[in-house]
Amino acid sequence: MLPRPPILAAILQLKEAIGEFVRDGDTVALEGFTHLIPFAAGHEIIRQKRRGLTAIRMTPDVIYDQLIGAGCVAKIVFSWGGNPGVGSLHRLRDAIEKKWPNPIEVEEHEHAGMAAAYAAGASHLPFGVLRGYVGTDLPKHNPNVRFIDCPFTGEKLAAVPAHRPDVTVIHAQKADRKGNVMMWGVVGAQKEAVMAAKRSIVTVEEIVDDLNAPPNSVILPSWVVSAVSEVKGGAFPSYAQGYYARNNAFYKQWDDISKDRETFLQWIEEHVMGTKDFDGFKKSIETVVAHA
Amino acid sequence: MPEGLTEYTADEMMTIAAARMMRNGASCFVGIGLPSAAANLARLTHAPDTVLIYESGCIGTKPNVLPLSIGDGELAETADTVVSIVEIFTYWLQGGRIDLGFLGAAQIDRFANINSTVIGDYDSPRTRLPGAGGAPAIAANCGEVLITLRQTKRAFVEKLDFRTSGGHMEGGDSRARMRFPGKGPTAVITDLGIMTPDPVTKELKLTSVHPGVAVDSVVAATGWKLKVASEVSTTPKPTETELAVLRDLQARTAKAHAGQN
Repeated sequence: MLPRPPILAAILQLKEAIGEFVRDGDTVALEGFTHLIPFAAGHEIIRQKRRGLTAIRMTPDVIYDQLIGAGCVAKIVFSWGGNPGVGSLHRLRDAIEKKWPNPIEVEEHEHAGMAAAYAAGASHLPFGVLRGYVGTDLPKHNPNVRFIDCPFTGEKLAAVPAHRPDVTVIHAQKADRKGNVMMWGVVGAQKEAVMAAKRSIVTVEEIVDDLNAPPNSVILPSWVVSAVSEVKGGAFPSYAQGYYARNNAFYKQWDDISKDRETFLQWIEEHVMGTKDFDGFKKSIETVVAHA
Repeated sequence: MPEGLTEYTADEMMTIAAARMMRNGASCFVGIGLPSAAANLARLTHAPDTVLIYESGCIGTKPNVLPLSIGDGELAETADTVVSIVEIFTYWLQGGRIDLGFLGAAQIDRFANINSTVIGDYDSPRTRLPGAGGAPAIAANCGEVLITLRQTKRAFVEKLDFRTSGGHMEGGDSRARMRFPGKGPTAVITDLGIMTPDPVTKELKLTSVHPGVAVDSVVAATGWKLKVASEVSTTPKPTETELAVLRDLQARTAKAHAGQN
């Protein structure tokens, strides 16, 4: 086979990237562990009215609550679903408890299992193996948790099928014009989630001419990413280390916005559907959230 | 509020009693909320060499204020190192490097099994809670586990609606016969007292009540017939240093988080 040059990431507007790479019925992972949550990309998925998604995420938080309440999600695969530091996700709960706006299938794991499934996906292995799911009722409700005997020691170990998202979406601090991606701080399972996926979109705080990257700091070379989009503040209301702090006030306000179906729908209509992009969204809530 | 030279709340007593359980120099995997407050109080008082680890991958973190979420920037900025989620759950937790796990819970039973998943039936829950997160792996893999939560009949139940994380399972040697690397819960610290598992039956037994708390009121706040040790001690009152450090920490925390509002 003749060598071919690797295909570099396309530098696209977020609207184009979501339009091109996220399709109805896809298995998607918008990863992030409290830090660098891809809110802007999640909003664009809502704006473009994607439906029937299987949504994977270790810690589905407010952006998953919005996707679920907006009717984008048919199934959720997760290990902790809450509003960090605040409490419940009311739209997630309403979907599970009352099937609103649509019934939602649940596949529930523990973090160690989700991490193993991403690592297996990134390695293109069929399953992840771990010393886990012991003493918990989770396997009774999740047929995707199974047990195997170690072929060398006989130790009983848990196995979970690899995560292979159709598309993974993450937010990072920086990329260069070729699409090489730098991120730092709490990096979660984002690298594994991108490398496990068939397609991937990375939104970044800024695209620069030269990353001046110390060794080890480019987490994703351009040719494993499908598209890079510059979205300043694209992780708001979560934080981007080195750029801006978490807007705790928004997370607290979300509790009230999301409790009631009508209030939630009005909020989505006004601030997400009624705005053109994430800049528009942030302007539209400036009066609602101080320091937005 | 109990009477004494220094007045304090039941929550402060709980946090201080939990902090005292931490050995200096231990590596400690910390859950958010009450465990995080207790672990940081320990680090700022008698256990300065404790290595605090949060599941967001922050190892050896020394936050100046308590985090609101498990992955706050403060935790990353003050850590010795920050690793990926895959790494924290494999090399560190499953690798057997953590001495102590520190957990909260929504429900607990007499063998210190805990529920943070659902209240009611799993498929049609009355209340859907956030779920397992790292708790099952922490409960399974850490050398030992401390649990801290407020004591009420709603929380201390005869039967869990869902077992999220394994404590001493059905009691006796049932945990030892399973594939748990760690030895499980060694104490449950509440706002009323301290319970420890019986060495043989592994059933929780009230071994200490906080000052001013009657044994009967702890029994009354428990949803099963709580076993009481033949000699119940009284938890030493918070010292002025413990209270001052805890209140400073909480004041700094409130101020920092208000600043982001």
